[in-house]
Amino acid sequence: MASISFTINEKPARVDAEADTPLLWVVREQLKLTGTKFGCGSGLCGACTVHVDGQPVRSCQTSISQVEGRKVTTIEGLSPDGQHPLQKAWVTEQVPQCGYCQSGQIMQAAALLATNKQPTREQIVEHMDGNICRCGTYPRIVRAIERAAGGRS
Amino acid sequence: MNVMDKSMRNESGLTRRQMLAGSAGLTFAFAFAPAMDALAQGAAGKLNAYVTIAADGAITILMPAPEMGQGVNTTLPLIIAEELDADWSKVKVEQAPVNPAYNHPVFRAQYQVASLTTRGYWMPLRTAGAQARRVLLDGAAAKWNVPVTELTTEPSTIVHAASNRKMSYGEAASLAQVSGALPEIKPEQLKPAAQFRLLGKDVPRHDLPDKSSGKLVYASDVQVPGMLYGTIVRAPARGSGPSSFNQDEIKKQPGVVDAVAFDHAIGIVAQSVPQLFAARQKVKATWKDAKASKMDSARDLKEYLAAVRDTAKKGVVVRKTGEAEQALAGAAKVISAEFTSPYVYHAQMEPLSCTASVTADGVEVWAGTQWPTKSVEEAAKAAGTTPDKVKFHTLQMGGGYGRRAFVEYVTDAVMLSKAVGKPVKMVQSREDDIRVGRFRPMTAQKVDVGLDADGKVIAWRHRLAAEPVAPYVYNQARLDADKGVDLIVIYGADVPFYDVPAHLTEHLYEDRGARVAAYRGIGAGYTNLANEAMIDEIALATGKDPFEFRLALLKDPRAKAIVSRVAEMAEWKRKRTDGRALGMAFSKLGLPPVGFSMIATVAEISADQASGKIKVHNMWSVADVGLPLQPNNVAAQIEGALIYGLSGALKEAISIKDGAVEQSNFHDYEVLRQSDIPRIEVEVVRSGDIPLPVGELAIGCTAPAVANAFLALTGKKLRDMPFSPDTVKAALKA
Repeated sequence: MASISFTINEKPARVDAEADTPLLWVVREQLKLTGTKFGCGSGLCGACTVHVDGQPVRSCQTSISQVEGRKVTTIEGLSPDGQHPLQKAWVTEQVPQCGYCQSGQIMQAAALLATNKQPTREQIVEHMDGNICRCGTYPRIVRAIERAAGGRS
Repeated sequence: MNVMDKSMRNESGLTRRQMLAGSAGLTFAFAFAPAMDALAQGAAGKLNAYVTIAADGAITILMPAPEMGQGVNTTLPLIIAEELDADWSKVKVEQAPVNPAYNHPVFRAQYQVASLTTRGYWMPLRTAGAQARRVLLDGAAAKWNVPVTELTTEPSTIVHAASNRKMSYGEAASLAQVSGALPEIKPEQLKPAAQFRLLGKDVPRHDLPDKSSGKLVYASDVQVPGMLYGTIVRAPARGSGPSSFNQDEIKKQPGVVDAVAFDHAIGIVAQSVPQLFAARQKVKATWKDAKASKMDSARDLKEYLAAVRDTAKKGVVVRKTGEAEQALAGAAKVISAEFTSPYVYHAQMEPLSCTASVTADGVEVWAGTQWPTKSVEEAAKAAGTTPDKVKFHTLQMGGGYGRRAFVEYVTDAVMLSKAVGKPVKMVQSREDDIRVGRFRPMTAQKVDVGLDADGKVIAWRHRLAAEPVAPYVYNQARLDADKGVDLIVIYGADVPFYDVPAHLTEHLYEDRGARVAAYRGIGAGYTNLANEAMIDEIALATGKDPFEFRLALLKDPRAKAIVSRVAEMAEWKRKRTDGRALGMAFSKLGLPPVGFSMIATVAEISADQASGKIKVHNMWSVADVGLPLQPNNVAAQIEGALIYGLSGALKEAISIKDGAVEQSNFHDYEVLRQSDIPRIEVEVVRSGDIPLPVGELAIGCTAPAVANAFLALTGKKLRDMPFSPDTVKAALKA
């Protein structure tokens, strides 16, 4: 058992866990930030996507020891009030259906827009290809990212 | 999106309380059974089982059905709000408890299948909304001492125009007297569709902000004080259970609280999910023999094909119009084709999960389920108590698609909690979710179409071999009551909208013990490939354009309209010269007592001959859903189902070898991803005043649209799902 310190959504956190515990389960079950979802446990679906120092990572494939001293951002910390341009665009385009994958989709998209303010459609598709949506909201996800990138909401 | 206004139809004939025996053997009663009176008594501002209005005007509407992504938790309350004439901005939606007052009128339970949620609740909820409004009006009329007939409403306001007086719904609710029987509302007293101001106007879904912020709580997010984590290890084969397992070793794993053998599975409970999953991977078990212990899906499929070919072997006659076999015997030409489809997996993004807490007083359960009523019964059984001792929380589902119509995971959670005497969150790994998934049945089909000397279709025989589903998901008695017609399996194996004078559908049972289930689109996911690929084969054989041939053979004006419109959208007449081709398909959803929604789809594809990879570039669909209550949400459902169907058409297959599923996660059970998605254009057509089934409508048109485009592109026939590179290469060589 190790004691790991890191920043979660701009607040300090310290957890006691085995060093190889996936970040996903620490976030969900210990820190009770359940917006980050378990989908496959193998880095294949993207439902568990969070940011570590601004980079999108699959939290099911990231051990808690890897985030020691680093900044972790989950969907709950993306904006203080759920009003990130992507979140607004997600509602405007009526993207979610069951909604289960959407935290991961939004976190993945937010990492793209943080470094590329005006991505092309091809760049969006390539960047989002690791995130599965079984309800088939893919066309609306692209539209919402384009909307947010265009400064519309 | 374009909402075309078509001639109005009304619900006459379905508004009375009536019983119609459908071909499913279900009893359809699209009427309002006012069992709600009892729930209306006592609480301040509670006008009936669905509507409560506070003195400040805040309106609470209960949502009777579960929500799995299709948006009914907005649509259904919106129906009530429309008739109530509520100010929607003052409405708060809450999930109704599990109680017969909220039963679906067809299923007589809170049960969500067959795309019938909105269709079924349509009249009950309109009536409930109108009834609540009437209670408010009666209160105001008494207070003002005027005839109730002089009162009208504006959103959340009662108006007496003659005296220029107004009263808010909040005030009216505090005056309302609810005692004894609630006022009767006749269908003719409901609001005419032309006066709707919420329905048909694209009111946004109210659950989407919480689904964009991570706030929405699914069953797998539930946390209860003192909770442990549990999982269930089922035998590979249905009907089996553990004969032994390494119990002592599992119990010694870090964090493991207990490991137990149930009759049907092994249960493990641990202090954390990572510890639980680590222990689960160490399970070594021997399993009792069962019918499916040696199942081999590749071998079975060959036997299925042999069965559909052997016409001496008769199946259950599902549908019979005219004398198809006689007509085939006398036909000038017979066109035949065989089709196969594998087992496919729902792949809902939230693996099965349920939290249960068994105590001396009963059991509390948190679950996302398509069948809350059954979940309560099963939880009571597993806890050894009665349904009235079950406190049940119906949560939203992270995907359903039919999977969560079967609730063994509720039983599992309750058994685990009971075993350790603590609350347990049952979680299932993706690997277990696939390994013991309940699949859409594997099928082989053979279709023979007879033409006369002029090339006119005179007979159509459709034989299908597949595992029966009903005995496993319901019971044998139900299948017997339905005269052996297993609607989940056979749905769509008919062509009622085409001019085919003699038609025969047979189901050859392949009772092999597979874990099978209802699946989005049910039978249409494979039967409509056979139907619509045959239409193109007949067109080809008779030298006709597939679109013109469909238009000529379709009898129904609604069907003709959408086929014509989708051809316009796709510029069907413009010959593609860039290595692409178009294919068309028509599909339907419904049953005679329900009414049919319809869709026509065109796919534009190219195919890389070397790799065998099909690329779908564009899809156009026109969907006639009767009355679209939220047109943009209908379009979203059509888009999603097109993609779900296309995923099955191109990629998905479960194989079973030595009794065990061979796939384990999304690397070997691939579903469509963002880069696979064509540009999709959907038009939603209004053709009447009844909302017809939507959620599964588009599934059946995807595979045939692609196969027909492939035929146009290459002259070759795709008849085996999925149309994977290997299948495509084999078709090209044929």
